[in-house]
Amino acid sequence: MAEVILKTEKLTKKYGRLVAVDRLNLEIAEGEVFGLLGPNGAGKTTTILMLLGLTEPSGGKATIYGCDCTRDPIGVKRIVGYLPDNVAFYNDMTGRENLRFIGEMNGIYGKICEERIDMLLERVGMKDAGEKKVKEYSRGMRQRLGIADVLMKDPKVVILDEPTLGIDPEGVHELLGLIKELAERDHRTVLISSHMLYQVQQICSRVGIFVKGKLVACGNIEALRKATQEKDSISIEYAAKPDNATLEQLIRSIPGVDNVNKEKGLYVIHAGSDVRNALATATLEKGYNLLHLRQLGGDLDDIYRRYFEKEGAQ
Amino acid sequence: MELSMTARNKIVPAPDDRKARRAGFRALYNKEMRDYFRSMKFLIVLALIVVLGLSSIYGAFNSIQEAVSSGKATDNMFLSLFTTSYTWSSGVSWPSFVWFMMFLGPIVGLALGFDAINGERSRRTLSRLLAQPIHRDAVINGKFFAGVTVLAIMVFSLGFVISGAGIVMLGLVPTLEELLRILIFLFFTTVYMSLFLAVSLLFSLLFRHMATSALMGIAVWLFFALFMGLLAGLISGVLFPVTDSSSTLDQLHNYQCEQAINRLSPATLYSESVVTILDPSVRTLGVVLTTQLQNAVVGNLPLGQSLLLVWPHLTGLIALTMICFAVSYVYFMRQEIRAD
Repeated sequence: MAEVILKTEKLTKKYGRLVAVDRLNLEIAEGEVFGLLGPNGAGKTTTILMLLGLTEPSGGKATIYGCDCTRDPIGVKRIVGYLPDNVAFYNDMTGRENLRFIGEMNGIYGKICEERIDMLLERVGMKDAGEKKVKEYSRGMRQRLGIADVLMKDPKVVILDEPTLGIDPEGVHELLGLIKELAERDHRTVLISSHMLYQVQQICSRVGIFVKGKLVACGNIEALRKATQEKDSISIEYAAKPDNATLEQLIRSIPGVDNVNKEKGLYVIHAGSDVRNALATATLEKGYNLLHLRQLGGDLDDIYRRYFEKEGAQ
Repeated sequence: MELSMTARNKIVPAPDDRKARRAGFRALYNKEMRDYFRSMKFLIVLALIVVLGLSSIYGAFNSIQEAVSSGKATDNMFLSLFTTSYTWSSGVSWPSFVWFMMFLGPIVGLALGFDAINGERSRRTLSRLLAQPIHRDAVINGKFFAGVTVLAIMVFSLGFVISGAGIVMLGLVPTLEELLRILIFLFFTTVYMSLFLAVSLLFSLLFRHMATSALMGIAVWLFFALFMGLLAGLISGVLFPVTDSSSTLDQLHNYQCEQAINRLSPATLYSESVVTILDPSVRTLGVVLTTQLQNAVVGNLPLGQSLLLVWPHLTGLIALTMICFAVSYVYFMRQEIRAD
């Protein structure tokens, strides 16, 4: 594995009694696309703000390329590009003016600045929109301008907070392509926070699942999938005809079944062991028609839900 | 398409702290200046004070003309352009330029600053701004000093336009001392407006909504412009009641108390000081007893003496401005920056 460039040690943030981020230990290697996944209010944004030195941690430490995020925020911000969620620009200025302003703050002036703006606008596919005022932009355009904005300082690390929020599927696809390029072509390290799992899973090399301020799982998607499946327990979606009261009794009577819920016409069965065979046999023997039988937990959404359920139960 | 290596290599990230400080301040300052000059609110405020300023000069010119034709010409006629009010034949009184500045100056300052920080917040641009390698104080410094610069440009150009108009209308050229007095007056006006800029900047930090901070600013302005005088009269009347049979000493105490309270108001500080600066015949700002006037030589004060008389006022105004700004500064530096 490449060198670890972003590291947090027991990073903690408390708001009064509420613990927003709880002793977070995270390591991200150079060139990775890391997805920080979690529901709203899990502490993702707070973590990012601490990484940028915009919020002071209550405890612990974070470093990026050896720069202490709390002690030397300027040093960190020089190498880290940050795209806030719901990125906003100065509406009365054109896209180009907005980028120029960011360039000036990073000490880039004159011809170099203009060249870079041209290059970035072209790269995000907004060559023709640069002279338009930002208030005329669509949401997708703003987000792409946001990517250009982040790249103005030529950062080593790019942090994107909910980049795909509120964008249509086509736009998301384009945006994710752009983000992927950041890592693959420019060899930047990318940290994406999101609650949209499907979207992010396509481009992340590793993800961390963040619930109530804690990192409950971390690793590549394959590993997470295994981790949830290795356990003996299993969740099954199931439907059969005719759907009557004895059917539920039948399901419950199968050894190993712990819990049965009915959701939208489908039974969701939680069992301590793989009961699929027994379930199918019993269904057919009693004269039911088996309509649907699927193991849950295959995709990231299921993995995600499981972690949530586990956390929620505690 | 490739992030061109030439463009990439030319940029050396500013290594030292001073450079980052300067780059941040410079970028913010330039942007704020640009924003002010383009913004509608600035144009409205500018139009307001230009129209009222010119109308007051016209009134003053009429007053002076009437005075001259009735043989009551005074010294320093040029300066009185700024301080003379005019009563139309219909009985409507048109205030002087100084009065307009005293009354409307705060509005100008408030208009420029009331949405400084909460505007960035509601546009959600603040977190993007602070994610740049700049010191956090660059944001508030840039905003305040750009505001002060805009105010100074506004006040001084208006002052020069009026002086120019005065030269044409009166046919008089100001002496060097008069010119200096005008410059000092304009400086005072800038400081006075800057004070309210600092106040509104503070409100823009304290209140999340722009409307709230604008209304609070107007409340403060109304209080100092109108109610402070009433309040001062009320308090001094309670502390040192004066009736027809009161002794002179009581009356003196009453007046001194009222004046002291009034002087807590920046509007009073401003109007007292500019009247002193613009009218060399003003020799004192307090109560003068007849004994003190005995054997006094009637005459005008030289500029240095006028200035000395209002030095405490100037100090007070600048100190108030700095306190307001310092409070905003500290508050802003400690504030939690959330994305929302």
